Amino acid sequence: MQQALLTGNEAVARGAFEAGVGVGVGYPGTPSTEILENFVGYPGVYAEWAPNEKVALEVAFGASLAGARVLVTMKHVGLNVAADPFMTMSYTGVNGGLVLITADDPGMYSSQNEQDNRFYARFAQVPMLEPGDSQEAKDYLVKAYLVSEQFDTPVMVRLTTRLSHTRTPVLIGENSAGPVQRDFQRNIPKFVMLPGYARNRHLVVEERRGRLEEYAETSGFNEILWGDRSVGIISSGVVYNYAREALGDGASYLKLGCIYPLPLKLISEFARQVGRLIVVEELEPFLEDQIKAAGLAVAGKDLFPRVGELDPQVIERGVRGSSRFKSYFPVPDGLPGRPPIMCPGCPHRSVFYVLHKLKAIVTGDIGCYTLGAMPPFEAMDACLCMGASIGASLGMEKARGSDFTRRVVAVIGDSTFVHSGITGLIDHVYNKSTGTVIILDNRTTAMTGHQDHPLTGLTLSKQEAVKIDLAALVRVLGVKHVRTVDPYDLQSLEQAVREEMSREEVSVVIASRPCALISRERSIKEMTHLDRCTGCKKCLRLGCPALYLAGDRVHRDEDLCRGCSVCEQVCPQGRGAVEDDE
Amino acid sequence: MTSEPTNVIIVGVGGQGIILASRVLSVAALKSGYRVKVSETHGMAQRGGSVVTHLRYGNSVYSPLISAGQADYLIGFEKIEAVRCLPLIRKDGLLIINDQEIPPLPVLLGRFPYPELTGDSLRGSAPRLQFVPARACARQLGDSRVVNMVLLGCLARHLQIAREYWQMAIDECVRPQYQELDRQAFSTGLNYDIDG
Repeated sequence: MQQALLTGNEAVARGAFEAGVGVGVGYPGTPSTEILENFVGYPGVYAEWAPNEKVALEVAFGASLAGARVLVTMKHVGLNVAADPFMTMSYTGVNGGLVLITADDPGMYSSQNEQDNRFYARFAQVPMLEPGDSQEAKDYLVKAYLVSEQFDTPVMVRLTTRLSHTRTPVLIGENSAGPVQRDFQRNIPKFVMLPGYARNRHLVVEERRGRLEEYAETSGFNEILWGDRSVGIISSGVVYNYAREALGDGASYLKLGCIYPLPLKLISEFARQVGRLIVVEELEPFLEDQIKAAGLAVAGKDLFPRVGELDPQVIERGVRGSSRFKSYFPVPDGLPGRPPIMCPGCPHRSVFYVLHKLKAIVTGDIGCYTLGAMPPFEAMDACLCMGASIGASLGMEKARGSDFTRRVVAVIGDSTFVHSGITGLIDHVYNKSTGTVIILDNRTTAMTGHQDHPLTGLTLSKQEAVKIDLAALVRVLGVKHVRTVDPYDLQSLEQAVREEMSREEVSVVIASRPCALISRERSIKEMTHLDRCTGCKKCLRLGCPALYLAGDRVHRDEDLCRGCSVCEQVCPQGRGAVEDDE
Repeated sequence: MTSEPTNVIIVGVGGQGIILASRVLSVAALKSGYRVKVSETHGMAQRGGSVVTHLRYGNSVYSPLISAGQADYLIGFEKIEAVRCLPLIRKDGLLIINDQEIPPLPVLLGRFPYPELTGDSLRGSAPRLQFVPARACARQLGDSRVVNMVLLGCLARHLQIAREYWQMAIDECVRPQYQELDRQAFSTGLNYDIDG
């Protein structure tokens, strides 16, 4: 068998392929994105980006209903969007096996919260598996489809950032049979969730839970490793590996692969044979509370933090009171931080320059452009979740009136707008808003690594698709004032934003320019303004990585510069410099 | 009892080719018969933020993260970022640092000077240090993007991984049109005379 180094995400894709999955669907979101990007490369499968996670799960439901095995992927907060179909799919069950990947982000490397999605499994009464490395990720996927079909239930597989983005060796298996296809047969009481049918299905869910609890005891997902029995560790996922690193043979371990439902008999048996029983888990006391409720004395969150990632040092300290892992060299004092920053040539830069200049109140959204909240612009007042910018700006207007609204702008990216901004804009139109929405149309889902979406004209498999016309879409929703501007043209951009903000009707400004990382355009124009630099540092307020101060003059790093010329437009020595109000 | 794994931190700024460097090293280690775990940074940090890769290989590896004071080697693609990871280094660890300054935002905005980070200024507050002009080496080869392979070559002198496995790893991880250039860059690093 061939061995490869796969990330957890690549292993999930491989496992789905080997399991005979025919349909994969999801919406990009760190750390889940690469699963579908890898899955689409396997022969004989169909995979797509849906506009959002709710649609993705509904497509998955349909594919399962029709008899295919289905993989559906999203980040943890994506499941909030998909929670509606998810909760009721627990009732309908499946036809073809369905596995839902939730990729959680303890430590919030790239997320707005670190919610613990293990609760969703318990909430919906569906089984949840949690692998600890890439080999397990692949193996669990293959088994998850058997569980899904045997117990007639969606199965959740929980990944975390550390698992998704860690490469470990995987033995590559075979997929000889190709995608599995079951027959489709009409089954109204099972799949049509009218109250009368749903009441019966709820009974089925309860009966299924009992069978799953039995199954969890002997499923083979859970494993005891005996070491020193004075300490018994219950753990799962990557965290188990941290615990093993920290405590070695100085403890015994119950490693849980199936984390819902819990094998409570096995846990009791393990507890009986060890001294101190300790649950080591990231985030919430999900395992701990259930084990306590089963009447077992167990430690956990009294020893370990409830926020952020764990690591071997934190675990050793929690269990032993001190750790052998210690630093010999501290970070020198006064080291400047390095927050993420808009790239050279980023088309978002000028928009936030203008919003900062106009002292706008900005409701923001999820994407690279959330960096507009950071220095040097600090031009954002709120960012909550996908699509929230547009509803929030309407709420501000309704609370404070339209005079106030002249200063309020919602800022949202193209992919995020399609994901969940459209309905918010409909609310603006419907409820007579005078607000302004700026759509930052960079023709990609940039932050997650440049995925296509319904406005780019390409699918996940790089097939041509209908390229939905953004301006026409906005108009047809009832927005009369729609302007498209090039964000590299600072003067036109500022004029458009100024005029639309002061307009007494709802308006949309589309700042249209491809992401600087996908655009092949790179023209290092002759920009003579730097030769005349007087050291006023006005251009440095753009926060462009290509501009730096040396001595009392600003210089340009030609390796980094994309020739957007926005710095030239803010330079008093530049051609066509924009007037400064400040 | 198995021997302790070898722990390598590769750190720098998003966009410097750190993930490729870690892939080549991890594949070379795998081909040498080791167990390997490599933890990468993806997502928002890649937009010019700090990027840290933890790479561990040996007969048995549990944690994908390197704990405080456990890194045997650190390759720093940028000086500030290398120094930021000092708490991870072993007492006798080795830092191989690209002699390149990429000003972070507070420096770009002129609110903060770029700190002085040299062998002299760090003496006593760091273990063994080697500064390498990897960017200059890469430019001599005609492409500043191969900084990653120059630095990897510098590290390779210290590791028990046979030359043939490095070759195989480069062939496997690098797109065909860049393989020759990357092999040259790797050799440049491998043969770079630190004391010269």
